[in-house]
Amino acid sequence: MSIFSRSGSRRRSPSFKKPTDDPLWLKLLLSILAIGFITVLLLLPLALVFQEAFARGISAFWAAIVEPDSLAAVRLSLTAAAIAVPLNTVFGIAAAWSIAKFDFPGKTFLVTLIDLPFSVSPVVSGLIYVLVFGMQGWLGPSLADHNIHILFALPGIVLATIFVTFPFVARELIPLMVDQGRDEEEAAATLGASGLDTFLRVTLPNIKWGLLYAVLLCNARALGEFGAVSVVSGHIRGVTNTMPLHVELLYNNYDYVGAFAVAALLAMLALVTLALKTLLEWRYADELAAAHRH
Amino acid sequence: MSLTVDSVSKKFGRFAALNGASFVAPQGGFVSLLGPSGSGKTTLLRILGGLEFADGGSVRFADLNWLDMPARTRNAGFVFQQYALFKHMTVADNIAFGLRVRPRQKRPSSADIQHRIKELLDLVQLPGLEARYPSQLSGGQRQRVALARALAIEPRMLLLDEPFGALDAKVRKELRADLRRIHDHAGVTTIFVTHDQEEAFAVADLVAVMKDGRIEQYGASADVRRNPKTAFVSEFLTA
Repeated sequence: MSIFSRSGSRRRSPSFKKPTDDPLWLKLLLSILAIGFITVLLLLPLALVFQEAFARGISAFWAAIVEPDSLAAVRLSLTAAAIAVPLNTVFGIAAAWSIAKFDFPGKTFLVTLIDLPFSVSPVVSGLIYVLVFGMQGWLGPSLADHNIHILFALPGIVLATIFVTFPFVARELIPLMVDQGRDEEEAAATLGASGLDTFLRVTLPNIKWGLLYAVLLCNARALGEFGAVSVVSGHIRGVTNTMPLHVELLYNNYDYVGAFAVAALLAMLALVTLALKTLLEWRYADELAAAHRH
Repeated sequence: MSLTVDSVSKKFGRFAALNGASFVAPQGGFVSLLGPSGSGKTTLLRILGGLEFADGGSVRFADLNWLDMPARTRNAGFVFQQYALFKHMTVADNIAFGLRVRPRQKRPSSADIQHRIKELLDLVQLPGLEARYPSQLSGGQRQRVALARALAIEPRMLLLDEPFGALDAKVRKELRADLRRIHDHAGVTTIFVTHDQEEAFAVADLVAVMKDGRIEQYGASADVRRNPKTAFVSEFLTA
């Protein structure tokens, strides 16, 4: 009894705090820790990249960027992303659509398979392509006979990029589409809509913000991929060097301004992606909230 | 033009959701499928709507082999418990959806569609709400829009799956009366699923009481209420 009455009187006392409230010193400590951590590990390195890139002035930076091998690397990275991202968008939508809207045997296995690129080291996934398409591999010799070059050429780089970035779109869309359920698609079917009409008029509008967000993340990773591409590219300067590979090459050749200039360009692309992502999250949160109010 | 459901069965894995359900509804009739959860009433309705496939049995409607037709060609309006309105479309676009997805030669002109939207909104007593989004409507209003959307395609059959289950008692009663009025106005064969016996008897001419995937008793509302044939029916009706 006494325990109950004591806790009762404490509840009524004016010094009572919400259960979610923490003391000031703890709040400050945690905030400083978090901010310090982010500054040292994320912001400082990023600032340093830009400082090094502009260490010899803006003209040196510019000269390093317009140098033919650097331009070739930029072009190659953008080309690889321009092929890999749309393909993964189509694959990802198809996978998410079938997983979220239909029941079939082997569904769990398919979900696991989609996650595979996340759990396999990129270097290993690059090596898989060497095993398949290399001169000592399964298909390499016969492909070479027909004058088809996969390794140390654009197709290999694109394949490696597709493999590594495959889960992004599907992983983003599956929970979203599962959460939305099948009601609207079923309603569309009873109203006489074909599968294509249902997809274009009902499913796609419901996932458009999530899809854009996923495509941005996929694109960021496609531009930045190092490990898998490094294995299949062959590092031919001006031909098969993507931006991240070119940064490494310049750095190993003690061309610090060049290395950091290309790195800064890559970082800028990432920052633009981040800014777009934040903008979308802001928009998207709004629509998601509206969807949940439904 | 009557609806004949003949020993329809359906299994989900090992669970027999429907175990030979049969009934006949006259053209333009209003039938309630009444039963506890798990009795198979929603499964039967979804089979009639083409959203689920039967394992056995047959359904004939208007001399059509109903179960052989895909959902999109059945022209059966379906109303869901959770409304299933298209969230990103206005009320007007929701109602017009079934008309706009028709093949070009069967599609009404845009003026006709506008006229039809207005007519239907008047019918479900929501005039002037064309430009609203579903998230801006109350539950009762959403279900009225869903009803208007299902009626827009001039359905051969109207299927309602616990349409008022998510609404409060007062709104339920209003909508119940409106549904009856709309049915009498349109004269469309209507199948209404509910677990609420008061609702089932209040709205329908015919009631089918379901248990374990079968129709336990089927007949005119007053008859079923007055003469329950089995212990289960009498217990369910007094519960």
